[in-house]
Amino acid sequence: MNAADRLALLPLLLLAGTAVVVMLGIAVKRSHVLTAGLTLTGLAASFLSIFAAAPLVPRQASSLLLIDRYALFYLGLIIASTAAVAVLSYQYFAKREGQHEELYLLLVLATLGCGVLVTSVHFVSFLLGLEILSISLYGMVAYFTTRGQALEAGIKYLILASTSAAFLVFGMALIYADTGSLSFSSIRNLSLDGSDLALLLPGIALSVTGIGFKLGVVPFHLWTPDVYQGAPAPVTAFVATTSKTAVVGLLLRYLLAGTQQSRAVFLLLSVIAVASMCAGNLLALRQNNVKRVLAYSSIAHFGYILVAFLAGSTMTPGAITFYLVAYTVTILAAFGIVTVLSTSEADADDLDDYRGLFWRRPVLASVFTAVLLSLAGIPATMGFIGKFYILASGANASAWPLMIVLVLTSVVGLFYYLRIVVTVFSEEPEARSSRRRLGWGSALVLGGLAVLLVGFGVYPGPLFHLIQATIGGTN
Amino acid sequence: MILVLLIAILLLGGILAAISARWSTQLPRWISLAAIAVDLVLASRIWAGRSTSTSKVWYDEVDWNWVPSFGIHFHLAVDGLSFLMLILTFSLGIVAVLCSWTEIREKIGFFHFNLMWVLAGIVSVFLAIDLFLFYFAWELMLIPMYFLIVIWGHERRVYAGTKFFLFTQCSGLLMLIAILALYFIHHQSTGVYTFEYSELLGTPLSGGAELAIMLGFFVAFAVKLPVVPLHTWLPDAHTEAPTAGSVILAGLLLKTGGYGLLRFVIPLFPRAAHQFTPVALTLGVIGIIYGAVMAFSQTDLKRLVAYTSVSHLGFVLLGIFSWNSLALQGALMTMICHGLSTGALFVLVGGLQERIHTRDLNRMGGLWTVAPRLSASALFFSLASLGLPGLGDFVGEFLVLLGSYRVSVALTVVATLGILASTFYALRMMQRAFFGPNPNSWQLPDLKPREGLIMTVMILGLLWLGFYPQPVLNTFAPAMDNLERVAQMPTAALRRQP
Repeated sequence: MNAADRLALLPLLLLAGTAVVVMLGIAVKRSHVLTAGLTLTGLAASFLSIFAAAPLVPRQASSLLLIDRYALFYLGLIIASTAAVAVLSYQYFAKREGQHEELYLLLVLATLGCGVLVTSVHFVSFLLGLEILSISLYGMVAYFTTRGQALEAGIKYLILASTSAAFLVFGMALIYADTGSLSFSSIRNLSLDGSDLALLLPGIALSVTGIGFKLGVVPFHLWTPDVYQGAPAPVTAFVATTSKTAVVGLLLRYLLAGTQQSRAVFLLLSVIAVASMCAGNLLALRQNNVKRVLAYSSIAHFGYILVAFLAGSTMTPGAITFYLVAYTVTILAAFGIVTVLSTSEADADDLDDYRGLFWRRPVLASVFTAVLLSLAGIPATMGFIGKFYILASGANASAWPLMIVLVLTSVVGLFYYLRIVVTVFSEEPEARSSRRRLGWGSALVLGGLAVLLVGFGVYPGPLFHLIQATIGGTN
Repeated sequence: MILVLLIAILLLGGILAAISARWSTQLPRWISLAAIAVDLVLASRIWAGRSTSTSKVWYDEVDWNWVPSFGIHFHLAVDGLSFLMLILTFSLGIVAVLCSWTEIREKIGFFHFNLMWVLAGIVSVFLAIDLFLFYFAWELMLIPMYFLIVIWGHERRVYAGTKFFLFTQCSGLLMLIAILALYFIHHQSTGVYTFEYSELLGTPLSGGAELAIMLGFFVAFAVKLPVVPLHTWLPDAHTEAPTAGSVILAGLLLKTGGYGLLRFVIPLFPRAAHQFTPVALTLGVIGIIYGAVMAFSQTDLKRLVAYTSVSHLGFVLLGIFSWNSLALQGALMTMICHGLSTGALFVLVGGLQERIHTRDLNRMGGLWTVAPRLSASALFFSLASLGLPGLGDFVGEFLVLLGSYRVSVALTVVATLGILASTFYALRMMQRAFFGPNPNSWQLPDLKPREGLIMTVMILGLLWLGFYPQPVLNTFAPAMDNLERVAQMPTAALRRQP
């Protein structure tokens, strides 16, 4: 590995370094501000190093990791969203008793895992990244050891994640048994249909289990509502955005080039996509808890992403990437609002916490409304452009049945988003909790996200341009 | 640039109105009024500055690059058809502000914000000729309308608002799929990615694809128009909305459906639309009769007026799909006059509800003696609604029937029965509410000067349209000629048929 390789790997190296520094920092002096500051500095340095690495790519750093423009784009998205989560965590934990410094350590490690996932081109780095991510998340989800729900969520996540990892490893073993190689490129070149590689297809199917679990798509979605509800709001934001972004980044690399041409894999993913869209949207209808609604809606949204994936047109990578950016911005803003409304006793996740919000805190409520409309895919938000892009990639490939399912289920979805909107704008029953000031960090993050949400919703040109330049896949 | 200003002024006016509510409750009303008035003046500037040469299709246009990688343009243009719709929009916009002057007492700033933004959305729909922009505006005008219904509406407002939103959104997404299908088919045949209306015209389509894409558009417009059986959101939304919301729904939002059929469905898919004619005509006639019968059996005054819309808009569908110039002119006249007459009826019903706090016909009666001016206005607009010659609605429906007679005698006869039925429901409404004894001994103030002014202007408008509709028809003529040419309107083909 030469100097240029190391420079290309700099974003990941800096993330790893940040983890060590944060750990030592906690050992020297336990201070919430200091730890959060170190974390943010490390994330910023890592983000900036992406620009240093950009001229050197593509570069195969060992047989495990490939740093190319695609990976760098996803790294940037992951690090930026983690930074937003870190800022939100600061406000969230500052008003709570206990020791919060280790959360930042876990956060940085989880980000490192995500970074490894989006750069990996080999099953070993895939598993490595996934496990770094998962193990950090166990700790983060159950961070409030005194809250019953948090512990329940943590245990549930632990058991299901380990099970799915076991499936994944078994799938890898089968693939290795057949092909004798663990790099993605080796299976990409094989034809699946009618070949004598009898173990390959089950292998791929089992590895899809591991991916499907992390994405929370049906039938691997059972953990989603409980973990979303039980975990602290900023951690939920991380689970919902950064970790899923990383897995989709990996999925695109793993499957896009070849395997979805196989009828069996196509069928498998179609069933997952349709089931996710239907189940996510229908199950959300009966929820009164905002975090659970967002959990079920995330199931549906990753069903939409799979539709673009299945379309397999030239637009697919661009469409999926744009949708992920839109989804990340939207969900971060959503959990940002949950975070700033939460009290030191409980998260603001009951629908009643939002009743009449518009008349108490109009700006916050406007952002929340924009978030909900973005999730519903209404114009002038990024969510609409994302949905448009997905439908465009579907139409480009003439995937009409999937598109019709998408449209019909998203209308069902609209219903529960509107329910929350109505609550936000309804009359207040009585004067509720007094106004609390928004911390400047959260205000900055929420303001920035809102500007992105509407800005790219009205004028998506620059983002399209960036995605085209790094990933390709538009017209 | 004027076209962009038209929209920007409304958007800005809305924001100013919302902010100004902090200082005064009257300021938002005046700001909204001023913004719409400025727009009306600007629109007359367009009229004065239009190019008279027949070679130019558009009076004025604005074309900016928006999302180049998808070939999306911010392209606004105005011709005779859109111009008439703009004038209708601004006139009814002023009515909407005036009629909520005393009705809306809470959250005044946010109310006017939504009012201005829904008008901005409607104006954008009438001006957009890039299909992406059109869809964008089409969806965007929903949200403020939704807020108007669910925040300031009556008892079942949340139900009505949600139903309205879901119906429109579902059909809208089907239209989006149709737009995308057209976009990619156009690319396949020409190699150009564009959402541009003028370039998509005449895209070669296979028969099946054309029919499917046409249906995608048709469903979206049919929900708005509304076409029975996609109308069920309408009685709820119209009834539960505040008066200004009902005026805008009936007067303007329904017209976007008719406008969409005229602007997009017929010119883009002439062959498929022609194949679809028998179905569309039948649906139109069903709507006419069904709306009239339902209106007759209502006891809620507002719901009654809402069902008359279903009936009147049936004539629009009948006119548009009759494929000749008489019927097209009739459809346009019906759209404009229905906006005025039904808008006025909603203002009156709203005024009545503000005074006696009920919309129940059974609890009314004998109101003429206590409020003669209000009752006389109601009589005038009921007569307009039932198609009294000399008033605008008559011209529209008469032209539609004349035109449709050439296509199908049987359907025209049935549609004429609809006019007959409208006499029943209009007179029944007058009878129950305004004539006879006054059992509840209602005492209520008559029309205030502000309301009197609205009524006078709308009465004059309907009289003008009824006696001298030629200026409107002349304005529409070039657009209609274009329509016939672009669509190669098979009037000739029809005549050739035995």
